[in-house]
Amino acid sequence: MAYYQNIFTQVQVRPVEPEHGIPISADARVGRPFNSYLFGLIGNSQVGPIYGGYLGALSFACGLIAFEIIGLNMWASVNWDPIQFVRQLPWLALEPPLPKYGLKVLPPLNEGGWWLIAGFFLTASILLWWVRMYRRARALGLGTHVPWAFASAIWLYLVLGFIRPLLMGSWSEAVPFGLFPHLDWTAAFSLRYGNLFYNPFHMLSIVFLYGSTLLFAMHGGTILATSRYGAEREIDQIVDRGTATERAALFWRWTMGFNATMESVHRWAWWFAVLTTLTGGIGILLTGTVVDNWYLWAVKHGVAPAYPQIYGPITDPLAAPGAGGGTP
Amino acid sequence: MKTLLVVAGAVVALFLTIAQFGTAGWTKPPILAQQHGFRGTGMDQIQTKAGAAALKAANLPPAPADPVEAGTEKAGAVYENVKVLKDLSVEEFNRLMTSMTEWVSPEQGCTYCHNTENMADDSLYQKQVARRMIQMVQHINTAWKENHVGEAGVTCYTCHRGQPVPAHIWFQNPGPNYKTGFIARNNGQNMASPSVGLASLPYDTLSEFFGKKDVDENLIRVNATTALPESKGKPIQAAERTYGLMIHMSSSLGVNCTYCHNTRAISNWSQSTPQRTLAWHAIRMVRDLNGDYIEPLTSTFPPNRLGPTGDAPKLNCATCHNGQSKPLAGAHVVETYPELAKSTAELTTAPSAPSEPAPQAPASPP
Repeated sequence: MAYYQNIFTQVQVRPVEPEHGIPISADARVGRPFNSYLFGLIGNSQVGPIYGGYLGALSFACGLIAFEIIGLNMWASVNWDPIQFVRQLPWLALEPPLPKYGLKVLPPLNEGGWWLIAGFFLTASILLWWVRMYRRARALGLGTHVPWAFASAIWLYLVLGFIRPLLMGSWSEAVPFGLFPHLDWTAAFSLRYGNLFYNPFHMLSIVFLYGSTLLFAMHGGTILATSRYGAEREIDQIVDRGTATERAALFWRWTMGFNATMESVHRWAWWFAVLTTLTGGIGILLTGTVVDNWYLWAVKHGVAPAYPQIYGPITDPLAAPGAGGGTP
Repeated sequence: MKTLLVVAGAVVALFLTIAQFGTAGWTKPPILAQQHGFRGTGMDQIQTKAGAAALKAANLPPAPADPVEAGTEKAGAVYENVKVLKDLSVEEFNRLMTSMTEWVSPEQGCTYCHNTENMADDSLYQKQVARRMIQMVQHINTAWKENHVGEAGVTCYTCHRGQPVPAHIWFQNPGPNYKTGFIARNNGQNMASPSVGLASLPYDTLSEFFGKKDVDENLIRVNATTALPESKGKPIQAAERTYGLMIHMSSSLGVNCTYCHNTRAISNWSQSTPQRTLAWHAIRMVRDLNGDYIEPLTSTFPPNRLGPTGDAPKLNCATCHNGQSKPLAGAHVVETYPELAKSTAELTTAPSAPSEPAPQAPASPP
């Protein structure tokens, strides 16, 4: 007989009449639901109906415009050669305006104008999607935890591409749209500001990021391990503790002397995830605006240790008399 | 459906596994790690043992030519049109000419530079370039001895390695020149250029940092000297250009960042290694050589030796270093050629243009 597993479900529930969920007042769901074997492997096999609505449509349209502007600029930069477009795609980018344009609202299109337009539509798309998420959560009578967690990610996005460039007085401080280019930008950003690892908010962000993965592994592992006792019905077990919960709790008390509860572990996970981008955004916001060299900042505040000199004194050649003097 | 998916998944996984082995970037142990700073700072030089051995074997210095008796007759008196080496004895002069042939044109022989009908003839551009290059070698071994090349010195072989054109030269990179109605701007980057380690960093960093002699001494420096902002700093784009240059230096020397820097504070001099000072002077040396010796030869070179913008083939760190932290493993190559370790003639005017420029297309950048 088939049996039920949590991952790569071997039994796919396919009702004769597709599930429509609870009735709600404003219902704009579109599409005929169908069952997908592939989706059934990783989740519910039923696809749709999806909620449309004007916010979703607007958000999708804005996102599509941004995607097209970025993609067509990338394609143009390889002279519309489809093969080179695919080959060089990871290297291609839509770059922000040059430093000389400062905060000019619309520099020439090919010198950053397209970047600003794409950024506007991408931001509009993301914000509209946030409102849509919030409204759908309220319409179903849910809490708004998911939209607020998404808002934390949007905060980091806005700091990188909008708020920090505004404070620095130049769009050129923003991130390019591109795969490798945005990674190279990140490395250069840390190099420019004297090593981002000495930025305490960057430290916090790393703690929460890695902490999130640890919590996710611990929680996921615990629930899978106790699912044979019904632990996948987590929410039931918050109020009506069954043997699964008891065993899970006991497992952690045995191994580390303390256990989260079925309810609190989700608060832990939610806050870790939210604080990753929240603290990360603060760290980026402070960089260049109020701190110019994080290493020197760390020395000033006793964070960075001093190492013994193992070579003779190494001095800046430009600091020698008559050399004109230099930055370090 | 399910069986099909399993089979398709297995096939994809198999092909991806096979494809992985074909891609570059695999490092086969054993690893050779050399500590290069205070313990715990991660200042190590990482190579594979096999890679280090192969590099060493590929960079053996040539055996010096047999010493000759000190003659009495000067080359300048015996041969016509000797300008730089006229104070050498005929024996020493001929020894150097033989060595130069082995270093630069072992296959082409004397005729690469000389018209054998008349050895004094300057009609071949190669001869005019070679004359200037001898002066450049002398200049490196005198003016840059203390700050960069030291007792090891350089000869023609340090760069040429038995080839008329050294393996590592560079031209200005103007980027793509597409004739299209829609002018996209790549901001001078995003091209997977080998000069910046195939990153999407700016691709013409060598022109900016090595091409001109008189540039701002602080051009490379992007970090603030104070913890808090006290004046307007440099943009991130400047950091990207510096980063690109540093990738070039690292790959040219086959070393990690930590060969010169303590990477926790890249810009800090007191925590750097002595090699950083050597490299600092080397950057000035490269600018000096490109500006004073290479650039003035632009009109001497035939068009097929010039770059896409018509500039002369220039040198960078890799030209001498060829992947080693010390060229030719630090061998004292100039010891047996004392005439290359001193300046023998002042000749600063650029040679004239070749009489018959070859009608060929410009060489593409390497």
